[in-house]
Amino acid sequence: MSSIIEERLEPPVGIPDSGEDVIERQDDGTISSQLLWMLRKNKLAAFSFLVICVIMAAALAVPLYTPYDPNRPSLGERFAPPSAAHWAGCDDLGRDQFVRLIYGARISIMIGLLPTTISMVFGTVLGLIGGYFGGRADFWIMRFADVVLAFPSLLLAMVVSYTLGGGIMSIFVALSVVSWAGTARVIRAQTMSLREKEFVEAARSIGVRPGVIIFRHILPNCVPNLIVLFTLNIPGAILNESSLSFLGVGAAPPSTSWGLMIYRYKTYLMSYPWLAIAPGVAILIFVLAFNFLGDGVRDAMDPYMKD
Amino acid sequence: MGENMGQTQGNGGALYIKNLRTHFFTRNGVAPAVDDVTISIPRKGIVGVVGESGCGKSVTALSVLRLVSSPGKIVSGSIVLDGEDLVSKSPREMRQIRGNKVSMIFQEPMTSLNPVYTVGKQVVEAMILHQGAGKKEARDRAIEMFKAVGIPEAEKRFGSYPHQLSGGLRQRVMIAMAMVCRPKLMIADEPTTALDVTIEAQILHQMKELERTTDTSIMLITHNMGVVAEICDYVYVMYAGRIMEQANVFDLFDHTMHPYTTGLLNSIPRSGRGGGRLYNIKGMVPSLLNLPEGCRFRPRCEHAAPECGKFEPELYEADRGHWVRCYRYRDCGGGDME
Amino acid sequence: MSDMSAQVTNSSHLIEAERVVKNFRVMDGLRGGHLIQAVSDVSFHIDQGETLAMVGESGCGKSTMGRLILRLLVPDSGVVRFEGRDLAGMNDSELLQTRRRMQIIFQDPYASLNPRMSVYQIIAEPLVTHRVFKSKKETEARVRQLMAMAGIRPEHINRYPHQFSGGQRQRIGIARAIALNPKLLVCDEPVSALDVSIQAQILNLLYDLQKEMGLTYLFISHDLSVVRYVSDRVCVMFLGKVCEVGETEEIFANPLHPYTTFLLEAAPKPDPHMRKEKKALLTGEMPSPVNPPDGCRFHTRCPYTMDICRHEAPAMKRTGTRQVACHKEG
Repeated sequence: MSSIIEERLEPPVGIPDSGEDVIERQDDGTISSQLLWMLRKNKLAAFSFLVICVIMAAALAVPLYTPYDPNRPSLGERFAPPSAAHWAGCDDLGRDQFVRLIYGARISIMIGLLPTTISMVFGTVLGLIGGYFGGRADFWIMRFADVVLAFPSLLLAMVVSYTLGGGIMSIFVALSVVSWAGTARVIRAQTMSLREKEFVEAARSIGVRPGVIIFRHILPNCVPNLIVLFTLNIPGAILNESSLSFLGVGAAPPSTSWGLMIYRYKTYLMSYPWLAIAPGVAILIFVLAFNFLGDGVRDAMDPYMKD
Repeated sequence: MGENMGQTQGNGGALYIKNLRTHFFTRNGVAPAVDDVTISIPRKGIVGVVGESGCGKSVTALSVLRLVSSPGKIVSGSIVLDGEDLVSKSPREMRQIRGNKVSMIFQEPMTSLNPVYTVGKQVVEAMILHQGAGKKEARDRAIEMFKAVGIPEAEKRFGSYPHQLSGGLRQRVMIAMAMVCRPKLMIADEPTTALDVTIEAQILHQMKELERTTDTSIMLITHNMGVVAEICDYVYVMYAGRIMEQANVFDLFDHTMHPYTTGLLNSIPRSGRGGGRLYNIKGMVPSLLNLPEGCRFRPRCEHAAPECGKFEPELYEADRGHWVRCYRYRDCGGGDME
Repeated sequence: MSDMSAQVTNSSHLIEAERVVKNFRVMDGLRGGHLIQAVSDVSFHIDQGETLAMVGESGCGKSTMGRLILRLLVPDSGVVRFEGRDLAGMNDSELLQTRRRMQIIFQDPYASLNPRMSVYQIIAEPLVTHRVFKSKKETEARVRQLMAMAGIRPEHINRYPHQFSGGQRQRIGIARAIALNPKLLVCDEPVSALDVSIQAQILNLLYDLQKEMGLTYLFISHDLSVVRYVSDRVCVMFLGKVCEVGETEEIFANPLHPYTTFLLEAAPKPDPHMRKEKKALLTGEMPSPVNPPDGCRFHTRCPYTMDICRHEAPAMKRTGTRQVACHKEG
């Protein structure tokens, strides 16, 4: 029998083990290696990634390096213009604007990450269930999603936020409620197409249970889409938070967020423009960085963009 | 190779591809997908280009239309269609030539038909665009063409959308669209691979009819030796970017010279299992980024000799009109098949 | 290999399909949908150790039939029996046990392997699902054995599908299919996506495995030269119905059903001397399975259509091992 097997083995003409082959890519096909490859290849995405990391690190470590307390007024320095001591000047209570920006980043980033994660987990689970099992469950999940999507999302978030009485927690809930439906739709559509794939049929013919099929065969193939959705949902959440704060139903003083800062300083836009412009620029940079990163991830995950 | 076919067939023919090299500049290196290929297609005639996936047959076709997309690039060579060198044409001139002097049909017609327009409109548009025909005239000619390619109830089908047609009908529409401007050359890339056998037979028959009744030449790209035997006049066998053997279809099948061609023909099951296992070519097609030294088929060749690994053999005219790229074709040519 | 006595009752057949019907409902915009009659009243059997080829053009129901046999689909009416037992009547644990003994190989080697699973994970999945081994070590030993049987190089065990060519992927799919020592393999166009030289390698592999493991194949294909080579018996289908069943060589030498004749005639032969200027071509289009013709389903394309063909579906007539459904064969 061993001779038969020897004969059956294909000599490795086509795929040399050097890893230099058209079929064979240098990455091993795992998601992390695809992302690494993307960061090496796509300078803009890599730079965006760096910017995001720097902002996050700065926000986390801010008490370690700043001499200023973000919430203590210092009336002698009211409306101080940007200087070496106060990089972004001071606000109407003489608080250091740059330090407040960085503290604001904490809330904005948390709002970017947490509700996005919650809503995506929620949306993914519903999308998987609806897409795989179809039928009545699918019908109700999708009608529910349609209702949410049909509502103006900001208005819905405001209603939820008001009802819950404002504050950070209510913003979390509000943003989670408005953004799961998009994820659910995307994941459902992908699940439906994956369900028809032959490898799922193969698993069924082996006798693998539906729950295992969903988690072993379908979910991992949705991950690239989820990562893309994630990076693109974060800026959406940050912008929504800014809007909510600007409309007065967001973060409550004295804690601050970028949106709240714009809201507070809009009255000084003519006289002390840097106060409102600085948080605006911060939002712009952060959101753009995530968008560029998201585009990079999408291209890296899309086989047609390769080579 | 160089001059072999050029003087004899190149000038009077519809298409003369000379020393074409189309390379792909990938991040892992340069892949010579088409490497010094010379193909000559006479006026009126069906020329087959046959080979396995990755041999460069489709890239050759796309090169003729100048549709090779990045990272692929025509590196050198000339493609003379009806006296004009296509390699030096501007993109704009190429758009005028495509669909007009040379047209192409693909394996999957659904992807090349626009789903939101009726098939009739798409054919008429092509004609108005390329030939400046009037609407009425274009419509009449399109319906005439639909009839010529064997579409039943041509007038009715004219108003159908692509998804309303079966695969066979769609491919006929594609052929009609390709033929309606009376091109010098029609390139058919695996035109019947996605079709059922009875439909395949109809389409092949139709192509043969077109070749007989018009003066369009056909370049047929396929992996199927049966299709080649069925309608081609002259055949090029490609392997790893090179032409390995070229001959009149009868010579190729009756006096096969190259061991690769022999292997391909022997791999086709021809009868019941009485004889046990099938012949097969061992191994796989080599990577274009890592081609073997010497003859590209050597690692898979049963007749490889030491000299095969040193220098790559040239295409050599072993018999009249029968060219082979092998040092040892005398010893190993399959000769008569059955 | 096949048993000549087709009259013998159920028990000797590994698979027996009896008057199987399967319709699909297709949603069609506002009209609420219509029925596609994928398989209509199909009966056949497969004997232990033989290869039955199911031939026909797209839409004839051959792939649906393969899935009905594996109980990936459940028939609307009729019975599919595996070793004499009705698949539809099994409870979950019986079905799970039966699944161990029948497996499938797919056409598209790109879609049939999960791109996010390694070769090891793919081949081990059936072993893990059925808890064949207690330890990972035993499982890995078995996976390596299967890889050797299917001709996959052992050092590729941790690679992912996209790193392989089509032929090698097909080998991975075969290794997965034989992991549980099945009795029946449904091969759904297993070589039609492969190059000729690779196709020959895979056909040889299937041939060797059949000899080593005593496998029974249901070989679904549209390629007649492949069918002739692999099969003991052939079942020709057209638009959800069986036209003709018989020993392979008999059918190829002397097709009785007009559709079989056309199929054989249409297949391109790899020999330019066999070219015919006037080939007998089927005319007309394939009728739709949504609205199949009355009477014999082939009558709209058949050159021998008689009056009776338009009104009455022909019954299966049996002569020896041969069965034909055609009024002409009275």
